[in-house]
Amino acid sequence: MRRATAFALITVLAFSMVGCSKPGDRDSSSTPTGDKTELVLASTTSTQDSGLFDEIIPAFQADEPGYTVKVVAVGTGEALKLGESKDADVLLVHSKADEEAFVSNGFGFERRDVMYNDFVLVGPESDPAGVRSAASMAAALKSIAKGAAPFVSRGDDSGTHKKERRLWAAAGVATPTPQAQGWYLSSGQGMGETLKIASEKAGYTLTDRATFLSMKDALDLVVVREGDPDLINQYGVIVVAGARNQVAGQVFFDWILSSKGQKIILDYGYAKYGQTLFTPNAR
Amino acid sequence: MQIFADALRDGWTMLSSGAVDVWIIVATSLRVSGVAVAIALVVGLPVGVVLGAGRFIGRRVALVVFNAGMGLPPVFVGLVVAMTLSRRGPLGDLSLLYTTTAMVIAQAVIATPIVAAITAAAVAAVPRELRLQARSLGAPWWRVGLLTLSEARVGLLAAVAGGFGQIISEVGAVQMVGGNLAGDTRVMTTAIVQFTRMGRYGEALALALVLMAIVVFVNVALVSMQTSADRYEGGRR
Repeated sequence: MRRATAFALITVLAFSMVGCSKPGDRDSSSTPTGDKTELVLASTTSTQDSGLFDEIIPAFQADEPGYTVKVVAVGTGEALKLGESKDADVLLVHSKADEEAFVSNGFGFERRDVMYNDFVLVGPESDPAGVRSAASMAAALKSIAKGAAPFVSRGDDSGTHKKERRLWAAAGVATPTPQAQGWYLSSGQGMGETLKIASEKAGYTLTDRATFLSMKDALDLVVVREGDPDLINQYGVIVVAGARNQVAGQVFFDWILSSKGQKIILDYGYAKYGQTLFTPNAR
Repeated sequence: MQIFADALRDGWTMLSSGAVDVWIIVATSLRVSGVAVAIALVVGLPVGVVLGAGRFIGRRVALVVFNAGMGLPPVFVGLVVAMTLSRRGPLGDLSLLYTTTAMVIAQAVIATPIVAAITAAAVAAVPRELRLQARSLGAPWWRVGLLTLSEARVGLLAAVAGGFGQIISEVGAVQMVGGNLAGDTRVMTTAIVQFTRMGRYGEALALALVLMAIVVFVNVALVSMQTSADRYEGGRR
């Protein structure tokens, strides 16, 4: 009996330990691998999910063989925090006002426009809130709120979530909350998961076009609203001041703004979707 | 260490403010994992008794299968449940993906082999003579089963604690099938992941400590029940 008990207890403890260990979401150690310098690029989950990095990172590493790039994909808010704590060397994010504040607070040297893509409002084909026929983006959001159609928010303080809150504000609708509005869901997760949830719940969500196109075969969602001026999404690049690999950050900064880097961005998307996903606009 | 001090302070502020959201998250965790463990017991206990006490061909193979099932990767369970419940999946018409029901299903699947395997180990440790004697005295099969379970009760507590501790700490499957929806399917583990991604370490640490406290409490309760059971047996001898 005692032996069985001891065995059982050890099993329990072993399993509770297994349960407690969580996979590390990110690991900010940047050890040089061989004679290469590892450069940490903090960016957003939506950029990661779009597949753009699968094009530009190998191209950068081919042009600059002295560096390897580690991408840390989080929300814009967290990416900026990683910059503040110098856990990242260079940032590629999309929340212009926050980026400018980041630089003016001395955390980065310079912010430059890199490219833009656009947001689209996606929803079920049946479009229960009549978003397609709304006169404007503001009217579209109003009709979603009025009709209490399911809407899935990122809810994670990401650039996309911030954009969504600005759109509610512009529509003159107090930002809904899951507590007060049963139709408003908040996933607290990345764009890919949020799109999946919207698809399952037959709801609307705001997404960047690239992530939506890369996933649309797996989703029962269509674009119900696009092209409104409010839906442009500008990306900026910033070298983190005083980062461990600040020089490497600067190399990446210069490369992505060069005509070569910009051309790769322009071409991305044609092969797979027949349209440009990110429009380069570095000056 | 400043980061921990700051996080502890922020976390304490959140917990002590009595913000309803936090306790909804904790309550959802307890409810989902509690129901899942109850289901795992209903299914796993009889299976464990048969595996532990039964004599049948293929028992060894079955034991290996259930012991291996204890290590069933939760993400695998999450993936299969998500695909099954997805709108395009075989049970898509039920619209269950991203609900607490889906989370209960996934957690029950994870916990059942744990409950069955620990029960089997506990039941196997009960002397066979006891059952033979009971049967020779004319006890029906279900009485023999109950008697065996009562002799193995400490091991059964371990089964409950083991299953519960595993699933309440699990993050992969509940994230995949629950979706971490605020006020609905958000549980402690998925909220910790979210807060960490958002750099809100205070809230993440506070919830992680609540989770630790629950797991420690379950194990302490188990150990104290075990010691009192041992004392009782000692007195009887």
